[in-house]
Amino acid sequence: MLMLAQELTTADNAVINVFFAVIAVVAIAAAVRMVTTSNVVHAALYLLVVLSAVAAVYVILGAEFVAATQVLVYLGAIMVLLLFGVMLTRAKIGAESDLDNEQRWIGALVATAMFAVMAFSLWEGFSDERMPAAMQPQRTQAVADEIFSTYIVPFEALSVLLLAALIGAVVVARRD
Amino acid sequence: MLLNQFLLFAAVLFSIGVYGVLVRKNGVLILMSIELILNSVNINLVAFGAYNGDVGGQVFALFVIAVAAAEVGVGLAIVLLIYRNRRSIDVAEANLLKG
Amino acid sequence: MFAAEAAETALPWLYQNVWLIPALPAASFLLILFFGKRLPYKGAEIGLTAVGAAFVLAMLTTFTWIGDIQGAEGAEAPAGEHGETTDDHEGEGGSGAEEDEDEHGLADTVLSVDGESVASVSLTAATTAEGEEGGDSHGEARGAAKIATLDWFSIGAKTFRIGTLLDGQAVMLLFVVTIVSGLVHIYSTDYVNGDRRYTHYFAFLSLFTAAMLFMVLASSTLQLIVGWELVGVCSFALIGHWWEEKPNSDAALKAFLTNRVGDIGLLIGMITLYFGAGQTFDILTINEKAVNGEIDKLLLTVSAVSLMGAVMSKSGQFVLHTWLPDAMAGPTPVSALIHAATMVVAGVYLIGRLYPVFFIGLEIPGSNLNLMALIGGVTTVGAGLLAFVQRDIKKVLAYSTVSQLGYMVLALGVGAYTAGMFHLFTHAFFKACLFLGAGSVSHAVHHSFDMKSDMGGLRKYMPTTFWTFIIGSAALAGIPPLAGFWSKDEILAGAGVWPGTGGNGTYYIPFIFGIITAALTAAYMTRTVWLTFFGEYRGHGEPHESGKRITVPLIILAGMASVVGFLNMPGPFVDALGLPSGLAHRFEDWVEPAGQPNFPPQGFTHAAPSLTLAIFASGLALAAGYLVLRYYQGLYAKDPKASEYTDGLRSKNRMAAAGYRVLEQKYYLDVLYTDIIVARVKGPIARAAYWFNQNILDGIVNLAATFSVGMGRFIYWIVDQGMVDGSINASGRSASASGQFLRRIQTGQIRQYATLMFGAAAVLVAVFIVAV
Repeated sequence: MLMLAQELTTADNAVINVFFAVIAVVAIAAAVRMVTTSNVVHAALYLLVVLSAVAAVYVILGAEFVAATQVLVYLGAIMVLLLFGVMLTRAKIGAESDLDNEQRWIGALVATAMFAVMAFSLWEGFSDERMPAAMQPQRTQAVADEIFSTYIVPFEALSVLLLAALIGAVVVARRD
Repeated sequence: MLLNQFLLFAAVLFSIGVYGVLVRKNGVLILMSIELILNSVNINLVAFGAYNGDVGGQVFALFVIAVAAAEVGVGLAIVLLIYRNRRSIDVAEANLLKG
Repeated sequence: MFAAEAAETALPWLYQNVWLIPALPAASFLLILFFGKRLPYKGAEIGLTAVGAAFVLAMLTTFTWIGDIQGAEGAEAPAGEHGETTDDHEGEGGSGAEEDEDEHGLADTVLSVDGESVASVSLTAATTAEGEEGGDSHGEARGAAKIATLDWFSIGAKTFRIGTLLDGQAVMLLFVVTIVSGLVHIYSTDYVNGDRRYTHYFAFLSLFTAAMLFMVLASSTLQLIVGWELVGVCSFALIGHWWEEKPNSDAALKAFLTNRVGDIGLLIGMITLYFGAGQTFDILTINEKAVNGEIDKLLLTVSAVSLMGAVMSKSGQFVLHTWLPDAMAGPTPVSALIHAATMVVAGVYLIGRLYPVFFIGLEIPGSNLNLMALIGGVTTVGAGLLAFVQRDIKKVLAYSTVSQLGYMVLALGVGAYTAGMFHLFTHAFFKACLFLGAGSVSHAVHHSFDMKSDMGGLRKYMPTTFWTFIIGSAALAGIPPLAGFWSKDEILAGAGVWPGTGGNGTYYIPFIFGIITAALTAAYMTRTVWLTFFGEYRGHGEPHESGKRITVPLIILAGMASVVGFLNMPGPFVDALGLPSGLAHRFEDWVEPAGQPNFPPQGFTHAAPSLTLAIFASGLALAAGYLVLRYYQGLYAKDPKASEYTDGLRSKNRMAAAGYRVLEQKYYLDVLYTDIIVARVKGPIARAAYWFNQNILDGIVNLAATFSVGMGRFIYWIVDQGMVDGSINASGRSASASGQFLRRIQTGQIRQYATLMFGAAAVLVAVFIVAV
């Protein structure tokens, strides 16, 4: 995929656009299915598809390290975690009777309203803004430099946060 | 490529994620929808980073991914605990805050 | 007759301190009220001493005054010499007065008109040689008033003075009041002995004497009014002395209220004079201005007419005389003092005091009839007729008093000033004598005054009373040579109708009334004397002569009644008898202030006495008396114990009966006053007042109460419970209700919270987009 991405950046934009369109459609479809399916495991799988698509979009945007991290963390760890959670909470294998609550229409309304607002503001704000012509993939070294110089403090804080989350999760889920 | 296409794509995902959060009964599914939302935000961040030529967008996205991971861990721990205590992860039943 | 030298040493002091004469009885009044009950004679001794002292002072003043007049007169020598003497005299008096100021510590006393009196005397002395006035043998001026005044009070720039005005009239009345009061005091110690309110009686007698003297000596009309009212109050108190019996208190009220009606006139008259005379109350000033024509004639007439109203009530003229007969409900000495000799003459005195006002205001000179003469005339005849139908001896005497007062007013009305004053003087004595005699009689017949049922033939039992009563009656009837003859004759002469009299006008009708009354007086007095003293005793007790304290005053008064007439003998009479000419017209000289700036007014003349008139009047009186005597002798012959004919004229003739009834009902005046005027007015007013009280006053009070209750209820229920509590409860309820309402938001459902959050975020962003 990396090689493909390298190729693509120097190739015709139209091709990238097509690729992007396809990925977007896939992602959106998967997302929709995720929130509407009545099978919990299927929802988890659909999420997996979406996350992958997002990783692909990162690659298109030239953020290779982020794409790699996305795949590793999300697809590797978080999805597993969610699947474990599904299993431990005795989700039924197969379709369940009803996974939606009674707020479907209000929820749809609110979601649509949010999208409308956001789309409108985006269109107003960023219409016809073009991405830079050559989206070179950023070198991982640049990202590392940035993290460990400018954002060193947040990095450390993040480590502490992860520690806290770890301990917290253990404490919370402990059987006693 | 338009900047907007990425942003709109992210907006769509965000909305779908919101729909999922509001509509789903299962706690785990709500967590999944929250992940969706976080990812859409990440797309925004990276898109802007690429637009501005600033690597800070990616950095931030990395941070978000890390935090999301922590959050899912803790969230699932809570959901498991609720399941253990109530034998159900229907969030509608966790209405002890009802006034 | 009187020693002039006795006067010189006491001259300034006595005149200056003549205020002591009323002050002594006033002090005695207070002393008796406070200490009387504890004294051995229950206060009578204080009263007697005070009146006695006042009498002594009055006598001294009288002698001094007479001496002054004699002194001023006795010099008909050249003006110059005389002027000096009199100037020195008065000059002495003036400086003496100033010395005396320091001596007696009366630093405030000012002989305010001293300069004037000096001037007037020197003026009069200067005019001695000049001439006479009005055909009188005494041409010189005499009798200037002596004034002593103090500042009383000030209002703004005006200062009002209080003090004494001493002139002939005042001296005369001082004498009369003190002597009669003194004799009445002595009499009272026997008459009201053992009475339930002995001390109060004497207290009021003293107060009355003080008030009367105060009025007599008044130098300003204000003082006069004060004295006038005060004697009215004392009259009220004394008439109602036995007020436990309702008729007595009714009589007292009647007296007081009738006088009140007249007092309206008094006030109007005095106020009019005050303004007419340039805002002064001083009597001398008013008189002077009237004489000089400085007061508007209309004002004089108005005040004269108003003051006539006052005279009508106080001096018992028609139509306000109705109180006087009823006033006989009081003790007899009171009747003698107040309602015969002194208080009732206050009205006459008032006229005499302000004579120029009346003289000019009522147009006395040169006319045929004026208000005063008419009233006086009607009174004499009307009261005289009423005296015929009375059973009560005191009522006869009361009507007789009214009749004689009418004579005095008549005299003053026709311009016979001296005659009126002289009649006042003589009347006091013989009327007091008659009243005290009546008291003595009633004492003997167990306090009854009814002639027809309880008296008769008393001359055998009470000779002293009988003889004094006869003398008094004869004096009253005008039989010569007793006092009444002289004064009454002068009045009749003063009417100016009888040929040869002259006078201030020709008053036909008053003259006729006077003549008729002369006859009537003799007639009814004869009737009274017969019914009381002649015939057989019709009563039930053992009558006997009264004690010394009663009979001695009677004798004194009878003696005076016989003798005082000679004080004013007419000139021709004196000449005819060959007596010294100085004895003629003594009284006139002493009393009438001639040639003074305050008297007499323009056109004033003296009538000349007429022998024929005297003979005619006396003859008429004797004839009338004789007729009545024959009438009663006939009755006696028929039935010794009868007091009236049972088959007399009344029962035979209807008109006579009707006439008798009219007289019995006192011309229906009492009916008019009490039943018609008062009742008609009293009833509606009382009812209106009651209605007003119940409906309006009580209504207002009830309304206020209802309002308060309503307000209370309103505030409690509506404001407090409703609004205040309500709002507080409402706030509580609204808090809980809103809480209940808002609680529904807290469903405990996360999805709802999330929905709300996201929805709100969307809205907010939209707002930002639109607004910004």
